Amino acid sequence: MVSTEYLAKEINFDDSNKKLLEDIINYGLNLGADFVEIFLENTDNISVLVEEDFITSVSPSFGKGAGIRIFKDKRDGFVSTNDLSKDGLIKSISQAVQMLDITETSSHNKFQGLEDLRNYSKRKNDWLKKVPSVDEIGEKLLLSTASLKKDPKVNIRKSSYARNWQQVLIASSDGTFAKDIRLHQTVGLNLIATDRQYRSSGSRRFGSSDNPNDLRNWDYENASNEVLESSMNMLYADYVEACQKPVVLANKFGGVIFHEACGHLLETTQIERGTTPFANKLNKKIAHEAVTAVDEGLSDNSFGSLSVDDEGMEPERSILIKDGILKKFISDRAGELRTGHKRTGSGRRQNYAYAAASRMRNTFIAKGDYTKEELINSISDGLYCKSMGGGSVGATGQFNFAVEEGYLIKNGKLTKPVKGATLIGEAKEVMPKISMCGNDLELAPGFCGSVSGSVNVTVGQPHIKVDSITIGGR
Amino acid sequence: MDVTKIADFIKEGAKTLNIYKWDFGASFSNDFSVQIDKGVAKQLKASQKQVLTLRVWNDNDLVGITTTSDLSESGLKKALFQANLASEYGNKNEKTDFSPLSKDPIKSLNTKKINPSGIKKLLTVLRIAETKLLKKHEAIKSIPYNGLSESFFKRVYANSDGACRSFENSQAALYLYARAEEKDKKPRSSGAVKIGYSLEDIDVDTCIKEAAEKTISHLNYSPIDTGKYKICLSPEAFLTLLNAFSSMFNARSILDGVSISSKDSIGEIVSNPSLNLYDDGLHEKNISSVPFDGEGTPTKKLCIINEGKLTNFIHSESTAKVFKTKPTGHAGLGSKVSVSPDWLVVEKSNNSSSLAENLNHKKYLEKYIYIEELNAIHAGVKASQGSFSLPFDGWLVDNGEKISIESATVAGDFKTLLKNIVNIESDQITTTSGISPHIWIKELSITGD
Repeated sequence: MVSTEYLAKEINFDDSNKKLLEDIINYGLNLGADFVEIFLENTDNISVLVEEDFITSVSPSFGKGAGIRIFKDKRDGFVSTNDLSKDGLIKSISQAVQMLDITETSSHNKFQGLEDLRNYSKRKNDWLKKVPSVDEIGEKLLLSTASLKKDPKVNIRKSSYARNWQQVLIASSDGTFAKDIRLHQTVGLNLIATDRQYRSSGSRRFGSSDNPNDLRNWDYENASNEVLESSMNMLYADYVEACQKPVVLANKFGGVIFHEACGHLLETTQIERGTTPFANKLNKKIAHEAVTAVDEGLSDNSFGSLSVDDEGMEPERSILIKDGILKKFISDRAGELRTGHKRTGSGRRQNYAYAAASRMRNTFIAKGDYTKEELINSISDGLYCKSMGGGSVGATGQFNFAVEEGYLIKNGKLTKPVKGATLIGEAKEVMPKISMCGNDLELAPGFCGSVSGSVNVTVGQPHIKVDSITIGGR
Repeated sequence: MDVTKIADFIKEGAKTLNIYKWDFGASFSNDFSVQIDKGVAKQLKASQKQVLTLRVWNDNDLVGITTTSDLSESGLKKALFQANLASEYGNKNEKTDFSPLSKDPIKSLNTKKINPSGIKKLLTVLRIAETKLLKKHEAIKSIPYNGLSESFFKRVYANSDGACRSFENSQAALYLYARAEEKDKKPRSSGAVKIGYSLEDIDVDTCIKEAAEKTISHLNYSPIDTGKYKICLSPEAFLTLLNAFSSMFNARSILDGVSISSKDSIGEIVSNPSLNLYDDGLHEKNISSVPFDGEGTPTKKLCIINEGKLTNFIHSESTAKVFKTKPTGHAGLGSKVSVSPDWLVVEKSNNSSSLAENLNHKKYLEKYIYIEELNAIHAGVKASQGSFSLPFDGWLVDNGEKISIESATVAGDFKTLLKNIVNIESDQITTTSGISPHIWIKELSITGD
């Protein structure tokens, strides 16, 4: 039986409650679970919005929660709660056991107690004090919206900032015991420009992890110039005509297509569902030999980087595709259990209310040998997609992506801007058509929504050429 | 902590910070859900959630806000403290107040007390549904996206002026998305969703039937030529577009300059005169009805478009003040209060003489495209510019023959689409997001893959 000593108290986010957590894990194992995981979370967030020349919104939020997951054979039960007392956690674990209808004891119960706490947060304890104050945030955002005033056609200017501070403690019956603090900051710029019947919008989002000074170092002048130039170029653009043509996709956020159209299909959750065409393609060619693709969680301050994943495993650098050959899938604990693909430190979740799942981190196509100009020069009639919007991938692998800023390519040169373009295709058909990769790899931050909620990621690529793709238009 | 205790604690805590004006909205929920894979329970989930958003007004009548899931005494104290700090940065240009309607009577909705069915029951029902759907056609190989859930929730609003209202209800949802595969053909996928107040309300067999029929109907597919086509939008598809472009009648979006309407648009002809549009959050078919919004304003039926003319915007307290009108019950609760529609109802107006009533998706035999479902709304809609380019599931109908379209997008301008409505069918169909008949559009651009 569990000691009643702590029943009404909340769990601390350190190793002082190691014995208590071991008790709770043992409680679940003794009820018949094969595996028990406890994920505790403490958050402190703020978002600030500046519109035109005024701060119009300051929204702090904070909270605590726990996600309890148990496995029995290959099934899992997950319970989340805001009640972090021992009572609350015991109740949750009992509920998870009941859900799985466990009536027999487990033969896998080899719990030896939790390891010594792996504390990844040691150098991070003062981050919450080091992040910019609301005054600093407001000042920087006001400077950024002021710098968008450079053209009288700009009539809507917005700048926003969000800081997410998350403290986690992970304990599980394989002995995992880890603590971390994560800090993510993003800043975004938006504008709308109008002139008579013409209207265009522009936006950019910048972000980092684990860098309290990120906003202070933000080059808002450069950022606003970039957004402004893009919007002005698109203000009088004609709609693109629907067609099938070669395209050059710009670096940085251009990588969103690889992320959405191919990356998700390399997550073990997709193998479990039977929704990836690549399930049986390990060590087989799935892309042009020009393509090498990586998913990793290690790059300094990149938005998708982690010290430890949400299942307590340090992230690894996974080469997904090497010279066109599929080499690895992105896997988490459940993925390893159900598909046999080894964990890659990719078990991620939005917060305590989601069970971790195999998710991308920093995912990119590796750089090649060509310059951007060489890619464009190789096309007589095509489209240059300088800035990509969002997109989606259907249940059968078809994808659609909006092109925010596009230019026609004629005889190897960029010509007029065009709007309303959508790239349409299917990953397994498009991957072999990526024939040239540039030498200018860059990453861009983003949020990825999927089975375990919205997580911070980076997408990236150098400029790449796709030999032929359907372009939706009018 | 119950709601009265929370309100009392906030009242006392506020006094110690010299705060005398405050309000809060809170939600409490218990959710249960199951997913399966070929008969085997895949993930079983239960969650208990609570979240409270607190606003306080300082001496300068500026508002500060904090949101928290920590409803312990220490959590509420911290929330008061943070909201008070945030009020220093309150928006001086748009003063916010309590809704003048926050103490008006709210409609009493007929809700019956429903107890959770339990995970085992949910699992049994979903397992049977999956088995039945798999047996519907040999090409249906799996149901990769499936789920059955029950949710029990309570919403609360209270303020220092004495307003205090709460509402409890429950909701159950079943979704089944099948994947069909045939030799030498691309996989096809489609599905159906059913919602109700409880598991007992869910028409499982109809959900299975619809998911199977939709999936099977897409097995024989063909590519489509790029060009302009006459279009019939399903009720779901038309409501999807209306919701995506709801900034057109959203006062918040209009004030923010991100709408295709302007402050002076009331009275403008925005569509074919045969169109009426209402927002009716309390409609008896709306499973998600809540009798008050985030600011405590009672939910009500509002006419938005009458015979093609824009007649009302949806409002929060602060936007209503700018427009010198009353809030309409469409507000959230935040530092900058959001506004959104509840449940849209589309109908044919009395001024429908211009409609081509021969256009009926059950009878019309000439060439047109039937759009069943629009996808990727978050990516393909530019609400501030009025344009869209969206992938869809649908059919090319020609000479009475119906062929599933392999892959295509539809693009256009929303204002033009509304003016190019050439028929509104008579039958109003209830969907999960509102009510609409089938809507015919003169032409839209289609890109085939």
